[in-house]
Amino acid sequence: MSVLLFAETENNTLKRNAAEVASYAAALAKSLNTNSLAVAFNADNAQDLGQYGISKVYNIINAPEQFDANVYAHALSQYISNTNATHIVVSSSADAKFLAPLLAAKNNAAYVPNAVALPNKLEPLTVKRTAYTNKAFVHTELDAEINIIGVGNNSFGTVEQFVDCVVENDSPEHTASNLDQVSMSKETGKATIADADVVVSGGRGLKGPENWHLIEDLADVLNAATACSKPVSDMGWRSHDEHVGQTGKPVSTNLYIAIGISGAIQHLAGVNASKVKVVINNDPEAPFFKAADYGIVGDAFEVVPALTEKLKAFKAQS
Amino acid sequence: MNVLVCISHVPDTTSKINFVENNTKFNTGGVQYIINPNDEFGLTRAIWLKEKQGAQIHVVHVGSAMADPTLRKCLAIGADKAFRIDTPAIDGGAVAKELAAFVTANSYDLIIAGRESIDYNGSMVPGMLAGLLDIPFIPNCVGLEINGNEAVAEREMDGGREKLKGTLPIVIGGQKGLVEESDLKIPNMRGIMQARQKPFEVIAPQQASAATQDVLYEKPAPKADVKLVPADDIDQLIELLHKEANVI
Repeated sequence: MSVLLFAETENNTLKRNAAEVASYAAALAKSLNTNSLAVAFNADNAQDLGQYGISKVYNIINAPEQFDANVYAHALSQYISNTNATHIVVSSSADAKFLAPLLAAKNNAAYVPNAVALPNKLEPLTVKRTAYTNKAFVHTELDAEINIIGVGNNSFGTVEQFVDCVVENDSPEHTASNLDQVSMSKETGKATIADADVVVSGGRGLKGPENWHLIEDLADVLNAATACSKPVSDMGWRSHDEHVGQTGKPVSTNLYIAIGISGAIQHLAGVNASKVKVVINNDPEAPFFKAADYGIVGDAFEVVPALTEKLKAFKAQS
Repeated sequence: MNVLVCISHVPDTTSKINFVENNTKFNTGGVQYIINPNDEFGLTRAIWLKEKQGAQIHVVHVGSAMADPTLRKCLAIGADKAFRIDTPAIDGGAVAKELAAFVTANSYDLIIAGRESIDYNGSMVPGMLAGLLDIPFIPNCVGLEINGNEAVAEREMDGGREKLKGTLPIVIGGQKGLVEESDLKIPNMRGIMQARQKPFEVIAPQQASAATQDVLYEKPAPKADVKLVPADDIDQLIELLHKEANVI
């Protein structure tokens, strides 16, 4: 028995979510009285997982440069069998949700994504996860020899716990890819909706794309990702990549700031997993206020620049 | 070209979510069911393929007769034939196994499922299906073109997009972007009349075993009322976010 985690990388560096997945895996291993191992692909800083209680990392140094779900799933399967791994921990990122179902099918494993806490029972393994687009939770029993848990973004948090970490650089044989990359476009140096601690989101209340500097300036101060509501992406003010909500991207961030968004049920469904929600809207009747933790009823064109300035001053002192 | 669109039948987004039998079952009372929105984008994309390139469009659902009206609606929208695999959908793995056996028996060039269902949000079925069939899989698709025996699809990833190319047969996890909401096909009277004549087959399951079981549901704790801060006292908001919520 052992716990094995898939540590995601980007540009040869561990992704931010690797810390949370490692923290979860280390805590799970502790409760099972076993050790936790990691598999990473092309991770120059693999030993950093030692900060989160991981004592051994298999670092695959001959992996395809770009994430390839099928190739990675084949490679991970070898480590699952070589290490007798019984519990596999992954994130709930787009890449992890691409890879984990393939991994589950190959290993005849049980898989649940969007876990919000450590298993509340080990026998049978029972995990609490979100359901009905964050309107409920479900407790699911996993009953296979290999069980895969996808940790919801920002649901467990990171727990620092320094241990000596041994990195073994491996060059296993890879299976051939069944997909070819034609092109990729990626914003660099910008926080992403999936990875950011804070997301600042704008709606129709901003009146037009020319006013988006309000959102961007506030996001800059908070090192936040920018997002938008469905009408905004439908009208082409912002790209669909920024659309959050039921048919857009899910948001489960620590702080979600909604500006000029009334809060349609489809929007709320997609962002409800965020811990703290702040709503700025000039309509006191906007349904979003009912789902918010903090709110300001006021004109976004006055409130947002003032908030940006005050936050700049606050960040400068702290 | 033979295209299979996998259909989930889910509670409408505005439905009240409640549970019965000591919170072990979803309360279907008064709930309006719809085609899973992510599947609906895939269905319209499939019908475009039929209109522009020629294709047979089949839809399939794993579950009980409760979903029959949803499958009839798919026929009214333009699918040619509907199948229902008659077994309760216990988990994504069991559904994927049922679908894998069905696909193997019927040979499809393109299989489109939704990126995720809006009830369990698992994103499990399309990937598991591709894994079981050992064929290429592209999730979160916001664009799809089929040229000969090749599929080119664009997936949304965290912070960007990636365009990938694979050989048919292939499994696609569809979502908004595959077509836009304004493009979605709506059944018209002619479609509804025609749907009555279209073949609808209920088929026996493989009795695939499930590896997970949902044992208990829970609703989130009721939310405290929003704390409103006056628009001219932004310092108070910053103070609350810093000291009380601990998020900045």
